[in-house]
Amino acid sequence: MPEVNLPNLLRQHAGGQRSVRVEGATIGEVLEALQRQYPGMSGQLVTADGQLHKFVNVYLNDDDVRYMDKLDTKVQGDDNISILPAVAGGGA
Amino acid sequence: MALPAERWAPAGFLVTIPETLPCGPVSDLSPRPRVPADTATPEPETTTLHLRASHLDEMIAHCLGAYPEEGCGLLTGDPGTNTVRRVDPTRNAAASAQVYTVDPRDYLRIDRAAAAEGLEVIGVFHSHTHTDPYPSPTDIAQAPDPSWHYVLVSLRHEVASVRSYLIVSGLPVEESVEVH
Repeated sequence: MPEVNLPNLLRQHAGGQRSVRVEGATIGEVLEALQRQYPGMSGQLVTADGQLHKFVNVYLNDDDVRYMDKLDTKVQGDDNISILPAVAGGGA
Repeated sequence: MALPAERWAPAGFLVTIPETLPCGPVSDLSPRPRVPADTATPEPETTTLHLRASHLDEMIAHCLGAYPEEGCGLLTGDPGTNTVRRVDPTRNAAASAQVYTVDPRDYLRIDRAAAAEGLEVIGVFHSHTHTDPYPSPTDIAQAPDPSWHYVLVSLRHEVASVRSYLIVSGLPVEESVEVH
């Protein structure tokens, strides 16, 4: 099963774990499984219309899945997936 | 770079930070979109951010180096504490004088390095090039983590000024900054 590294904000929904392992053959399936296993994450990763939330970045190993096949990106069992929030703002 | 180095604020200039929230247009801020109402947490108690004088210098130096664009970076610290162990400057992917985006790949690299050391990212800093060090509506609306420390470096005046806030449920609460 691929390992998913969680940002601080989502760890509270996974018992404080820094990373978890969930089943899935694609990024979308992994995120679905993650939200099924930890319902507190629901709505924070994927939008109602099935797109990756714009404030969330997901990496398959070193690569941003937005520049791959997005939620259809294929995942292998030994892959490492990192979820990080987008960090932005400004003085404007 | 608009400000010559010799006019930087010296380390340790930040001696007193008011613990009360400065008056601001808090009531007309847009609701923070990333905190669903059922998970919204109450306003936090006032906290203190602990850092070294060298950390202040590093943040100000990076922001001056990025000028006229906004400079930004992450604060790495001990999990569960308010103590900064390292300032990690990042690229501003927005490359703008008005907004910033911590370069996502820089964040990934910094996050992995922190995890390998048993540390974690506990906050973010960025500059306001022409406004005071108070979170803008953009800062508040896009604050990702209510436990993070949001450090603002204002370059509005000749001497840089630094303030830190928690941003919870759309409300910024200024915290004390203790320089060790």
